[in-house]
Amino acid sequence: MSDTIDTGKRRFLTAAASVVGGAGAVAVAIPFVSSIAPSAKAEAAGAPVQIDISQLEPGQLLTVEWRGKPVWIFRRSEEILNALTTLNDELRDPQSEQTQQPEYAQNETRSIRKEVMVMVGICTHLGCSPTYRPEIAPEDLGANWKGGFFCPCHGSRFDLAGRVFQGVPAPSNLVVPPYHFQGDNVVIVGEDAQGAA
Amino acid sequence: MSMMDWIDARFPATKMWKEHLSEYYAPKNFNFWYYFGSLALLILVLQIVTGIFLTMNYKPDAELAFASVEYIMRDVEWGWLIRYLHSTGASAFFVVIYLHMFRGLMYGSYKQPRELIWIFGMLLYVVLMAEAFMGYLLPWGQMSYWGAQVIISLFGALPVIGEDLALWIRGDYVVADATLNRFFAMHVIALPIVLLGLVAAHILALHEVGSNNPDGVEIKKNKDANGKPVDGIPFHPYYTVKDLVGVVVFLFIFSLVLFYMPEFGGWFLEKDNFIPADPLKTPEHIVPLWYFTPFYAILRAVPDKLFGVIAMGLAIVVLFLLPWLDRSRTRSIRYRGPYFRIALVVFVISFLALGYLGTQPATFLYTLMAQIFTVLYFAFFLLMPIYTKFDKDKPVPERVTTK
Repeated sequence: MSDTIDTGKRRFLTAAASVVGGAGAVAVAIPFVSSIAPSAKAEAAGAPVQIDISQLEPGQLLTVEWRGKPVWIFRRSEEILNALTTLNDELRDPQSEQTQQPEYAQNETRSIRKEVMVMVGICTHLGCSPTYRPEIAPEDLGANWKGGFFCPCHGSRFDLAGRVFQGVPAPSNLVVPPYHFQGDNVVIVGEDAQGAA
Repeated sequence: MSMMDWIDARFPATKMWKEHLSEYYAPKNFNFWYYFGSLALLILVLQIVTGIFLTMNYKPDAELAFASVEYIMRDVEWGWLIRYLHSTGASAFFVVIYLHMFRGLMYGSYKQPRELIWIFGMLLYVVLMAEAFMGYLLPWGQMSYWGAQVIISLFGALPVIGEDLALWIRGDYVVADATLNRFFAMHVIALPIVLLGLVAAHILALHEVGSNNPDGVEIKKNKDANGKPVDGIPFHPYYTVKDLVGVVVFLFIFSLVLFYMPEFGGWFLEKDNFIPADPLKTPEHIVPLWYFTPFYAILRAVPDKLFGVIAMGLAIVVLFLLPWLDRSRTRSIRYRGPYFRIALVVFVISFLALGYLGTQPATFLYTLMAQIFTVLYFAFFLLMPIYTKFDKDKPVPERVTTK
């Protein structure tokens, strides 16, 4: 054996040990990082909800809970539906081109049936729940207000199809959850119609 | 051999005492503004002690949390006092920290060679904000719940990973029991450990370079035959005793709030937080606690989700860069030229105005004002390399001045 120190070999061994040790440290971090992701229980709580809407009057709004979030179901009158088409110039995404709704709700009224609107009542800005303001031109919302939703947190505005107005902090329309009808009066929220994806 | 010798041979007790207290030479011209560092330390101890006792009765469970806080307030012996000490202490912490930071701005305490003290201090400020935010979820009232919902949703604004990141932080699709549980763990264990480590780093860095002072004169440049700074006095007993006076005055004011107006008119404990969290109903008017409102106003001033979040983040990031944005050789405002003085006044007005606007509804006029003050806030930092370079500073004296 020679007395000289092979520094090249030392550097190689140090580097190799560091890489292997580093890989081990990363591997150990995985269980910890994963442990705070939604648990199996939280994921299972997303089961569909069944709502009877036979008692729902035109203009009336019903809030139900799905996946811990408020889901709104409300019946729109003929006047409301007519007003929707007049707003297009003031909206960010009047044709609902962003995927904020299932395919079957990507239409003028953002719904399966024109008169029944179903959507998640969580503002797309920072997650507050907007307030239902169906009245026409109230003092605080201005003369152009034709009924819609107003978020008290940061002033975002949506129409009665959940479409976002221009010049507000929310970037996109309110989310329409997967849903379908069972007969005339029952809505199932959280599930597409049988046979659909 | 004395007991102390026995210990010193095994642990540097006397050495540390001398280095950090009895032979730590601080400038002799400290004024009113130099109380707030030691006061912050006092409040940290207060928060840790009251926090430990609160955990003995608090239940970090979405079903039980709200009621357990009320249980502490009504049924636990002296529970109301411990809880109010903790909640009032949180606001007092930010009052003291903001004054402490303003002191640093006035006297250029962030400047070379104290950049790391400033960086550690800024990290402390950021961790303290996280600590306060997570602590505020624990009572599980309406403001707790919706405040957390809004702040966590901020992460959702990031492109690509945003939504998954927010989901990971919450541990559920909305703020829920899982969120409460993990915030409790962060609030009572993880963040306090980080805070204590940073406090140690902050003080060690300070004691390595020595304290700045209202004149911004480096006292180490002027030493006597024994190598002691001529303008320095030992921290103990001189400043320990001086700080005790500050402590008495502070406790006097603190007690007035604690015993006569612990909710402070809804500013320290918001009215909506006496309603249990309801995931289906957002309160009419959401406001963060007062110490976050300047940044909240900046967030709201930008009418775009992503850029609003970026602006808010940058408002804190620019503070970290302060030591490098300031190009003047002069530290203290006493000898700075007019440009810096005016800029600092504008900055303070902007910060306070944003703080006020953050508490108000986002009307058209208020949003416009918030936009103006946001621009002024950033102008203070971004134009600093220019106005500090061309400023007409006055000559700085050789020695510290005392009246």
